[in-house]
Amino acid sequence: MATERPLSPHLQVYRWQITMTMSILHRVTGVAITFGAFGLAWWLVALAEGGAQYAHAAAIVASPIGMLLLFGFSLALVYHLLNGVRHLLWDMGWGFDIPETYRSGWTVLVLTVVFTAAIWFVVLRGHP
Amino acid sequence: MSNIGTGGAPARTPREDYRTPLKLARGLGSGKSGVGHWWTQRVTAVVLVLLVPWLVGLLVSLVGTDLQTARFAIAKPWNAIPLAAFVIAAFWHAKLGMQVVIEDYVHTRWIEITLQLLVIFACAIGALASLYALGHIAMTVATLTH
Repeated sequence: MATERPLSPHLQVYRWQITMTMSILHRVTGVAITFGAFGLAWWLVALAEGGAQYAHAAAIVASPIGMLLLFGFSLALVYHLLNGVRHLLWDMGWGFDIPETYRSGWTVLVLTVVFTAAIWFVVLRGHP
Repeated sequence: MSNIGTGGAPARTPREDYRTPLKLARGLGSGKSGVGHWWTQRVTAVVLVLLVPWLVGLLVSLVGTDLQTARFAIAKPWNAIPLAAFVIAAFWHAKLGMQVVIEDYVHTRWIEITLQLLVIFACAIGALASLYALGHIAMTVATLTH
């Protein structure tokens, strides 16, 4: 697409900052969770159907690919939730300073790993 | 005013359309819904911030249980009702988010409209199917236990 207009500098001219990565990750995880929500709907319908339908769904969930998708879903969900709280705090006018956005960004990343690990620790440890 | 005393209308170019520019703006774009999209995204976000940790806890508690245990747990009103609220908030939030992503990245008009319709239909079906399943589970478990 040829254009005569002067264009503003694009992404590649900027030094990497955590904020840009967090921002695009929020979108990517949001889209991923949307697909995951349909997975949840599919699982609920199978649960309602019961019998062979549920056995089939449970087998898919417990398969290696199912577990991998579930892990990715949980990681994306935890990230999007925590970064969503960061966005809501911004909406209330909190944490707009550059050092604060960097600090809250790293906090979200660390907590994402911690919470996701905690979830899977409980899942894989099984019931006491 | 330069036309005072001339006895005529102010000089201006004849136009086909006598509606004011405001009339043409009303009902279009952000003039139609104002901050509706932004606000609804935030309201559903707050609902999800509250419900997602609870949902994760519920799902984790169902790991390794059999069909009947899972159905029985989900049929409980204190689980079924928040789950229904979650499903509505989640698919609504997803629709609003996917809409913005499509608006930002898809610039071929017919593909954009097609994708927007797909998102709306898919999210509606996802929410309705989930609510149907929840209702079905709640009703059938209730029948079996009575």
